[in-house]
Amino acid sequence: MNKPSDLKGMVLDPVTNDQRYIGHSEPRHGARRLLEGQGTYIDDIQLPRMAHVVFWRSPVAHMKIGKIHTEHASKMPGVLAVVDGVQMAKICKPWVATLGHLAGMKSAPQHALAIDRACWQGEPVVAVVAETRAQAEDALQHIDVEWEELPAVVSMETALDADTPVIHPDLGDNLCFTRSLDVGNVDEVFATADVVAEATFGFGRHTGVTLEPRCQIADYNPGDRRLTVYHSQQAPHMMQDLYCRQFGLSESDVHVICKDVGGSFGIKVHAYPDDFATVGLAMMLERPVKFVADRLESFTSDIHAREHRIKGRIAANKAGDILAFEIDDLTAIGPYSMFPRTSAIEGNQVVNLVGGPYKHQNYRAKLNVVFQNKTPTCQYRGVGHPIACAVTEGLVDLAAQKLQMDPLEFRKRNVIPDDAYPCSGISGIKLEVLSHEQCLRTIEKMMDYSALRKEQAELRKKGIYRGIGFATLIELTNPSPAFYGVGGARIASQDGATVRMDPSGVVSVLIGVGEQGQGTEGIYTQIAADAVGVPIDQVRVITGDTDVTPYGGGTWASRGAGVGGEAVLLASQALQENIIKLAGAILNRPVAELTARRGYILDKATGEQLLPFSEVGRVGYFRTDTLPAGFSADLMVTRHYTQKEYPFIFTNGVQASYVEVDPDTGFVKLLKHWAVEDCGRVINPMLVNEQVRGAIVQGIGGVLFEECLYDESGLLRNGSMADYLVPMANEMPDIEVAHVETPTQSSKLGAKGAGEAGTAGAPGAVQNAINDALAPLNASVFDQPITCEKILRALKKI
Amino acid sequence: MSLKKKISMTVNGRLVNAEIEPRRHLVDFLREDLHLKGPHLGCEQGACGACTVKVDGQIIRGCLFLAVQADGSVVETVEGLTKNGVLTDLQESFMRHNAMQCGFCSSGMLLAAAELIEKQPKATREQVREWISGNYCRCTGYHSIVDAIIDVLDARAKGQKIKPVLADA
Repeated sequence: MNKPSDLKGMVLDPVTNDQRYIGHSEPRHGARRLLEGQGTYIDDIQLPRMAHVVFWRSPVAHMKIGKIHTEHASKMPGVLAVVDGVQMAKICKPWVATLGHLAGMKSAPQHALAIDRACWQGEPVVAVVAETRAQAEDALQHIDVEWEELPAVVSMETALDADTPVIHPDLGDNLCFTRSLDVGNVDEVFATADVVAEATFGFGRHTGVTLEPRCQIADYNPGDRRLTVYHSQQAPHMMQDLYCRQFGLSESDVHVICKDVGGSFGIKVHAYPDDFATVGLAMMLERPVKFVADRLESFTSDIHAREHRIKGRIAANKAGDILAFEIDDLTAIGPYSMFPRTSAIEGNQVVNLVGGPYKHQNYRAKLNVVFQNKTPTCQYRGVGHPIACAVTEGLVDLAAQKLQMDPLEFRKRNVIPDDAYPCSGISGIKLEVLSHEQCLRTIEKMMDYSALRKEQAELRKKGIYRGIGFATLIELTNPSPAFYGVGGARIASQDGATVRMDPSGVVSVLIGVGEQGQGTEGIYTQIAADAVGVPIDQVRVITGDTDVTPYGGGTWASRGAGVGGEAVLLASQALQENIIKLAGAILNRPVAELTARRGYILDKATGEQLLPFSEVGRVGYFRTDTLPAGFSADLMVTRHYTQKEYPFIFTNGVQASYVEVDPDTGFVKLLKHWAVEDCGRVINPMLVNEQVRGAIVQGIGGVLFEECLYDESGLLRNGSMADYLVPMANEMPDIEVAHVETPTQSSKLGAKGAGEAGTAGAPGAVQNAINDALAPLNASVFDQPITCEKILRALKKI
Repeated sequence: MSLKKKISMTVNGRLVNAEIEPRRHLVDFLREDLHLKGPHLGCEQGACGACTVKVDGQIIRGCLFLAVQADGSVVETVEGLTKNGVLTDLQESFMRHNAMQCGFCSSGMLLAAAELIEKQPKATREQVREWISGNYCRCTGYHSIVDAIIDVLDARAKGQKIKPVLADA
């Protein structure tokens, strides 16, 4: 039994011998340049002979492509090339994005530039390359494509109907993937339960809106036949592999560099058709080609996510025990499954996660993933979690309401107890160790729950409608190869770190997990400084370069701290051992008598400073002649780490939202938000807080504002930042964050992921708070985004 | 056919003469011609605030402002305002609170915050939120940015500076 309280000691135990930085809110020193306007984002890079590409994209949801007239465009000033899908396909193979472990999943071949048909508004069809971006855009106006509109599949509800056109006739129908799960005795439990509650939950299709749009520069050097791609991306090695496979190159021919990335959130972990097209153009033209999406292109071609309709129900007994959950999930993913992670993962996660925090023994789930003619969807921060959590927690509140039990007490009674781990969740997920009970106790205190309920009751007498909503959650992090590798996707779940001491005693860390703002470089600096034993200003972290760093998976599934951090720890500790060994050789003393601390070799017994690291480095690099024969001063060490003990390491937490709803306008004011997060060992509390806060606000965007709105013909109606609403500072609440630390024992560091749980829990918490406020008015809304209009409709005011 | 127009302006304290197309936006002129990459392009339609720069003492959206409109003006960007120390307190405070993640919004956010400090030195937390609500940040959730600005307002009210953040201090 891994009772968190038993493990508490391990959290407090240092993981290194002189721990000064791990566990502290060290600022991200490496990020200072970003505050001085000195970052290097893709659009900041100007290469010699660099050309610019813009794309003619499908103006409609589904069309047959006829003749493409390029004569006028080709003659425009500065134009270097106009390329269509047929020309591009001569060098870039099409792809089909499926995963072997998602049985029966299907998708159609997709090209870098559409051939014959375009299947969503925004699909790239023709590329125009010119000396400047302005010239390319000028020429774009003169591309004339003959096209014929085809019937579009817009609504997911009718996508599988017999009279709905099939988008890809070769596939036979519009079904991408289906899955059923039936555990326990669901029918009987629902038939005999004291209380059954049900609701239909809607989730608006939304997108990530990275402030820096997707962008890249591809450069092909015909001299050494080598491709270099500067990319605003989360997974450089994955892209290297994909460029190799689609263009018939080998890893040694392809160099992917990711410098500063202006926000990613999952949007930049996929391989987009225009990525391949830009690379193809650089190879054709043998010069650098830059692509930077404009904002309309971002809205119509960045992946979307979360378009789900879920019918759910819950069964409980009078005593207050949850007995069963059942869901029926329908989700639509656009016309193609996205490359290479596929678009079935989100729905699959929903099936795995619904009911996840609770100890019920009966669960049935049905999932249909369908094709439609809208922008492809794929993994966006939280991937299925916000949906599973909002459904689970919405149903939990409905059951508590029917039982007239306090929602917090109801949760306390039903969560899997902290002393029950390791165990399996009802969907089959393996749970190493969680702390639901402790998190619930913490949040109750943190928000002064009983006082808040009193305030709510008082204000209700005055006609003020406030609501409190909870969301208990689990989140999968630190993935093993079970996520993608076993399904045949060449996406590394392992990561490696190389740690090197230079002659003067400073340390460089090279690692495959990059930085998109989360602070990964910051925590690697902390870990390396502690584990090698140097001041933090003597550590430099190098990421995002496939020529330089060890091979690794990059940023996804909240793996930066848990997987990347462990690799840095292992490599740094091994380097410290080598430094001590070398010092022993220099001093002619047994290694057991020596230790390393703050840049010095010390006598272990007396603490006397014997040698600075700079002297160890000097001898190790320049005076190896003075070392014993056969002694190798290995001042550069590489270690790899894969989490192999569980398919994933789950984290948990709970959030609470306090809102006020104006029943006359439907306006929701967010008063306060609390989060208790257990991501195992916290390497930097400030950075975890900020991950949690930022993720919560993205979740709030989903529950209150964000939706890609389409008209009946499949055209996006709000493809601009003025029309697509995201959270702004004035409408967001203050967010209080607390930590419970239950380390995973699958690593030395004990860290689990922290980047996505905020997004997972916020929609459920806010939804429940709104419905709590509306409860005295006998109204509820389960259709996100919960807009003023939907609230007024629920109140029957419009 | 050249429709280029001659302009001259002071950018970060230096006189700049150029001949540019009238359609060139100020932010493109700064980024492409002067290689000042501090202001960023997030939306090119005035919504996100990442391209914020100062023209004649006022913050403007560099993507909605033509370079020719700045003819004869004094233009300041995050680079210049870093060098002359105008942003120092805010930058130190942003460091302390980790009030930036990816950093793409930061130059605009800092310039907006600097104007708030100048114009509303007694701003409340709510007024800070209101003031920066024209600048998108997709990473932080805004809480830490508000904290960072409030700290600078407090320090200024007491006639103090924000203590510099030093590695290993």
